[in-house]
Amino acid sequence: MNTFFKSSIGKKLSMALSAIFLMVFLLQHFLINITSVFSESLFNLISHFMGTNPIVQFLLQPILIGGVLFHFIMGFILEIENRKASSVGYVMVDGKKNSTWMSRNMIWSGMVILAFLVLHFIDFWLPEINYKYIEFFPDDPNRYYTELIHKFENPYRVGAYCFAFILLALHLLHGFSSSLKSLGANKIYAHSIKVFAYIYSIGIPLGFCLIAIFHYYSNV
Amino acid sequence: MKLKLKIWRQKNTEEKGHLVDYDIENISPDMSFLEMLDVLNNELIEKGEDPVAFDHDCREGICGSCSLFINGRAHGPDKLITTCQLHMRKFKDGDTIYIEPFRAKAFPVIKDLVIDRSAFDRIQHAGGYISVNTSGNTQDANSIPINKNDADMAFDAATCIGCAACVATCKNSSAMLFVGAKVSQYSLLPQGQTEATNRVVNMVNQMDLEGFGNCSNTGACEVECPKGISLDNIARMNRELMKASFRK
Repeated sequence: MNTFFKSSIGKKLSMALSAIFLMVFLLQHFLINITSVFSESLFNLISHFMGTNPIVQFLLQPILIGGVLFHFIMGFILEIENRKASSVGYVMVDGKKNSTWMSRNMIWSGMVILAFLVLHFIDFWLPEINYKYIEFFPDDPNRYYTELIHKFENPYRVGAYCFAFILLALHLLHGFSSSLKSLGANKIYAHSIKVFAYIYSIGIPLGFCLIAIFHYYSNV
Repeated sequence: MKLKLKIWRQKNTEEKGHLVDYDIENISPDMSFLEMLDVLNNELIEKGEDPVAFDHDCREGICGSCSLFINGRAHGPDKLITTCQLHMRKFKDGDTIYIEPFRAKAFPVIKDLVIDRSAFDRIQHAGGYISVNTSGNTQDANSIPINKNDADMAFDAATCIGCAACVATCKNSSAMLFVGAKVSQYSLLPQGQTEATNRVVNMVNQMDLEGFGNCSNTGACEVECPKGISLDNIARMNRELMKASFRK
């Protein structure tokens, strides 16, 4: 199996597995965030559970960070290898005739998402770590909703947030079905995969944007 | 037709190449693209200049010899054809046509538009075959019952002519469509089962050794393949390699 994961197909498979893991996480993140639109208390309850449960904090969170790092590092490694495999570039290339913009620019949409994740970590994760494990502020199960709506008061921040999610949608529009193809998905499922990929890739990022816009207008 | 050609000229593998402009007249729309290049070469020879080197053999879309990246696309602007099947009626009078060799690190340019595609031969040698007893007791292949669907898929995969348009058009210079087709044409048939495990492992290893890039499923290879080889063959190769890795 070690040889398998060193092969080009093995690397492609490991990239696909990490992508599917991150897509499952994104869905879970969305389902938690959407509760903030309907119920402040439910959002606080779930957020407090996620923020204090030792299994989530000390097992699942490190796995998630590992998955994110693996996906990005492997993405860069594959990009470098692919650039090495090409010799002199073509003087004229008409890529739009045979492939989508999303599929040709995964590295660029991925880099915007990486930049967003870094900001997201600085914005949400680091203050959370500071609150709980550095300053040791008293446990407050009702602070999460207030903190969330405070983040969406600035229209520029909401705009940047939505821009990152548009890039995420473009990344997913290719990445979702590509990851399943890499896992060897049979062509009989091709249509179902395509439909589900469109629903997920547009629906989830759009949902995140609408949550941000909802809280922005709720606070104006 | 009157055309302006911008053709990649390169003396050998070591020297850097560049585009050279040629003006050509009296081209019939019914000529094939290679015939148009023949006309140009005749003119160059008459002028005492070095003719443009390009690959060709059968000129009927079977041998996979002709290549050429024409106006930014492998085998030119038409679909499901090789360069030799491309006709000048696909262009307009006065057009400028860019003609470049198929490019990939694994396919070094030998001269002008001629590239070395022996990397594909070495991948084939690594496993693209079945072992058959030829001592006089060879079983008639038609006597082995094969599911019609599998036979059709194997035949579709076997129509790959190894022209390398898939590699040329792939932004990653990946050869997975070619290798996927060669793995599939045997893995779908009973005759290919005996060596199935070693075949896929050896062919993928050789593909990686040759320096081809990684597939990112853009699908460009499938669109530009003159034989319409499907991406499903790559998915099948992925499954075959996973199975083989568990068996080994």
